[in-house]
Amino acid sequence: MSEIKGKKEPLLRIVKRAELPGKQAFALRIFSVFLALCAGGVFILLIGYNPFEIYKTIWTGAFRSQMAIQATIKLVIPLVISALGITLAFKMRFWNIGAEGQIIMGGVFASFFALFFTNLPHVLLIVIMLIAGIIGGGIWGLIPAFFKAKYNTNETLFTLMLNYIALNVVVFLRDGPWKDPESSGFPKIARFDKNAQLDKVLGVHCGWIIALILLVVVAVYLSKTKQGYEISVVGESHATASYAGIHVSKVMLRTMFLSGAVCGICGMVQTTGSDMTLTTAVAGGVGFTAIIVAWLAQLNPAGILVVSFLFGVLEKGSSVMQSTFGLSTYASDVLQGVILFFVLGCEFFVRYKFVVRGGAKKE
Amino acid sequence: MIIKFLVAAVLAGAPLLFGTMGEILNERVGHLNLGVEGMMSLGACGGFMIGYWTDNLFLAIIAAFLAGMMGALIYAVLTVFLMADQNVTGLTLTIFGIGLSNFIGEYMLDRSPQGTLKLPEHISAQLSNIHVKGLSDIPVVGELLFTYNIFVYLGVVLAVILGYYLFKTKVGLNVCAIGENPAAADAAGIPITQLKLFNILLGGGICGIGGAYSAMIICGGVWISNCVNGLGWIAVALVIFANWSPRKAIFGSLVFGGFSVLKYYIPKSLFQLPNAFYDALPFLVTALVLVMTSIRQSKDKAQPASCGVNYFREER
Repeated sequence: MSEIKGKKEPLLRIVKRAELPGKQAFALRIFSVFLALCAGGVFILLIGYNPFEIYKTIWTGAFRSQMAIQATIKLVIPLVISALGITLAFKMRFWNIGAEGQIIMGGVFASFFALFFTNLPHVLLIVIMLIAGIIGGGIWGLIPAFFKAKYNTNETLFTLMLNYIALNVVVFLRDGPWKDPESSGFPKIARFDKNAQLDKVLGVHCGWIIALILLVVVAVYLSKTKQGYEISVVGESHATASYAGIHVSKVMLRTMFLSGAVCGICGMVQTTGSDMTLTTAVAGGVGFTAIIVAWLAQLNPAGILVVSFLFGVLEKGSSVMQSTFGLSTYASDVLQGVILFFVLGCEFFVRYKFVVRGGAKKE
Repeated sequence: MIIKFLVAAVLAGAPLLFGTMGEILNERVGHLNLGVEGMMSLGACGGFMIGYWTDNLFLAIIAAFLAGMMGALIYAVLTVFLMADQNVTGLTLTIFGIGLSNFIGEYMLDRSPQGTLKLPEHISAQLSNIHVKGLSDIPVVGELLFTYNIFVYLGVVLAVILGYYLFKTKVGLNVCAIGENPAAADAAGIPITQLKLFNILLGGGICGIGGAYSAMIICGGVWISNCVNGLGWIAVALVIFANWSPRKAIFGSLVFGGFSVLKYYIPKSLFQLPNAFYDALPFLVTALVLVMTSIRQSKDKAQPASCGVNYFREER
């Protein structure tokens, strides 16, 4: 390799390395998050603030009172649920960028029952809404999967387009059939009846229990069941999967239904637990942030819980930062982006290493 | 009426044209960059703010270009050198770009004396639609060709130049070769890394100009958060519609610009559809185009083969 005529081996070259031990890889990732925070700190410094103060405000702001803690948890819930949904698809290397739309459709289907079947017994109504959310999100996930399985349609762009279509479905319902006749000014959908709202447990709507149950279910489904195994085989290689007798398109359809369904549950929880109505902001970017969460957590359900929690803190904390320092809450988006940039970059050093000229022979 | 509609379609399609050209440059070297929305947002912020401060259109466009390029630089370092996943990197760039642009925008808003950011008069005048004596007054033709703002002409000229660059020059053909098969291109001695970098950065810059258009013209010269508002995503999809050719992107962005202004020009007496339907139309059509192209599956109308896969020389 290094004996090509007239050409010396380059001074530095990149080689794939054997799998880095888990602990070392983990340490590297933590280090990159630290670097990201440093980079964020430099930015804060540049606009004339003290980064330590800002970071401290964000951290303490999220826990400064019982109300604040509850608000933080409320932000964590949708992140956990939709990141779990995305994980199902991403494990299969199916780039489901459409969590946003699946959340919205879950919310739309659930809202239908919340608005027009308010007289059902409370528990029954909540269960029906949950199922409706599952079906709404599931269908929205199934559409791109169907075309991907049948015609190999690019799922990244397709799921993305469905986000905007879902959003306009809400606009349509808000301006037309579901418009609250009693509201004056901007059209909006009526607030749900008390009967159609999720109950509170420990001061936060019980979406957090749903999130934890889903966490366990998804973790078990992915690591302990045959279907979960099929997902990872299909993710590795379609050819291998079909050679092993796995029906690739069946797995794809099933998994995307589940992925969408989990995101749909998120929509249901958001409408009935958090917003008490259906608005165009029901997903509000959660579907995209959840992709960052799922990726940072290495598609590991337990990791998702940790990362979602930290992101919830970041988001709640930055709203406190806004009121204290007058800096926009968009800072949390920026910081999330920077963190993922650094972690994405550090993956390189987990998988590859540099070899100095002549160094390869000694190994 | 029809002429008015066409003119409006051109004006609405111009930012899409820039975004689409930028993404074409990316995909031609095998990099599916989902960060167009982010790069456009960065360009919007850079262009608007510099335009606001300096009152100089030329500097504003340069700033937008550089801001978009900064975003592209992050993407390029991560995907070309560090071989990070292209989908996730692009998405992150979008979230980061929108976030940073809105953050800076609100920071400036809070500190502006009037509570709004409005472009000064001189630059607004430069941004308004041109009127060439004689030419613009020709009925129909004049109206259709000579009544736009300077960005529109810049976009069309760029599209023609880029079309020439990609398909008629040696460098451009090398670029296309990288997109189809980087290993073969590498073996043929084409400087892959340099060309990838060049295309991604240039593409990012062009996206940035598109962002500046939406901030300065579509939003009427006043800073609004989220001013790009999904245009970048339509641009990513338009690339397919334009068949990875900058010149066809002119037509594609005209069509999609038409969709986005259609609701103002369909006579209400003919048929009445909810506004939401018209707003969803570009996305609906894109989804249809995606499905149609995948059903047809023709060889010469396909994404560059290596799109989405990072090239690592020692991996065969």
